[in-house]
Amino acid sequence: MIVVIDYDVGNVRSVCNAFSHIGCEVKLSCKSEEIRTASGLVLPGVAAFGYAINALGLLAEQVKEIAFDGKPLLGICVGYQLLFETSTEHGEHKGLGLIQGRVIPIPPGRTVPHMGWNSVKIPKYMELLAGLGERKNFYFAHSYYADITDRDTSVAYTNYGFDMPASVQKTNIYGTQFHPEKSGQAGLRILKNFARICKRNTGKC
Amino acid sequence: MLTKRVIPCLDVKDNRVVKGVNFLNLQDAGDPVELGTKYSDSGADELVFLDITATIRSRKTIVELVEKVAENVFIPFTVGGGIQTVEQIDELLRSGAEKVSINTAAVENPDLIAEAARQFGSQCVVVAIDARRAEEKRNKWKVCVKAGTESTDIDVIEWAVKVENLGAGEILLTSMDADGTKAGYDNKLNRSVTDAVNIPVIASGGAGKLEHLYDAIVDGGVDAVLMASVTHFGNYTVKQMKKYLADRGISVNL
Repeated sequence: MIVVIDYDVGNVRSVCNAFSHIGCEVKLSCKSEEIRTASGLVLPGVAAFGYAINALGLLAEQVKEIAFDGKPLLGICVGYQLLFETSTEHGEHKGLGLIQGRVIPIPPGRTVPHMGWNSVKIPKYMELLAGLGERKNFYFAHSYYADITDRDTSVAYTNYGFDMPASVQKTNIYGTQFHPEKSGQAGLRILKNFARICKRNTGKC
Repeated sequence: MLTKRVIPCLDVKDNRVVKGVNFLNLQDAGDPVELGTKYSDSGADELVFLDITATIRSRKTIVELVEKVAENVFIPFTVGGGIQTVEQIDELLRSGAEKVSINTAAVENPDLIAEAARQFGSQCVVVAIDARRAEEKRNKWKVCVKAGTESTDIDVIEWAVKVENLGAGEILLTSMDADGTKAGYDNKLNRSVTDAVNIPVIASGGAGKLEHLYDAIVDGGVDAVLMASVTHFGNYTVKQMKKYLADRGISVNL
């Protein structure tokens, strides 16, 4: 069972809907026990960074411990941004610090938010993005991005006047700045890939 | 490269999709969930559902509709029509909408934009601006409210800049003069707004031919084109529209 962490941020339902649609057992939960026994965790999020990290509250420590233990974790949008060390969105905030990097504003000189479908160049070695060819469009909606400094990561980039990280993997920790649950068939494929990773990890989906 | 978006708009009344000319002579165009799924399958980048009755009774219906759509459609969709409070926005986003569009309530209470942006993030706050041309020669437009039935003295360009500053993440710009005519978008209006703001602008009102989409993007400078009647009645499919744009050198998500 994949658990989507319920921590009072917007639009968690869409993530659950998408996993159900691909035939995956999924539960929205904020209960420690369910999070502990899940085959994989999804940290969704439509909110400002500071609001999201505060809303996560005490669950933050548990998510970190579980990620260190090797359980697959997928962060989406703000959930992805929370994986990093800090963010400057409306003040200075600390993230989970699972991946080295900071979340900073998209530089001026272009339309912000970065909103809509942008092309992501897919590296061959990223399992989360497997089976999608060399390039695919995904739906983005964000004003800040993660400047990744961690060298132990694989990163897929999109271009918005500069190469901007769109997806990351560090061992069992995965993230997408874009919304796979809102990116049509290509997005659903990513969720299927994540479900497969979870299944391999625990023997069940 | 960020692609230009093609967005079908579904006007909803009593749980059915309808389409009229200048908000009049409404015709039935189908089931919202069925049409939404169809558009998603045929390559629409996003969808907009507009509750055109927007009564207290219809509020409950629209939330149920949003839930149903979210279970079946895996592209972003926006919901608008009669939204007045942060609580209503919260309910719609929780039900599965990606964004909400606010119009009259934003004019009456601009703080609603700031409050919603603070709580939910700018990316889910769309401000819909209904513009009516005030003086033909000087390229001036006034903001209309209440589904286009009431004109205000507010200048459209000034209002667009203000909503951006308040935290709106996107502007859905409808030309009341062009809406339903199928004679093309008002690209002077579009250009005036896109030059004035830095957030994405969606052009609405007047699409009838494929070249209108191209003109709005190139002449109007918009990030997305919205259309209703051209798609519901099958004149062109979304795929045809995108293919046409791609052939003319516009970057689209095909």
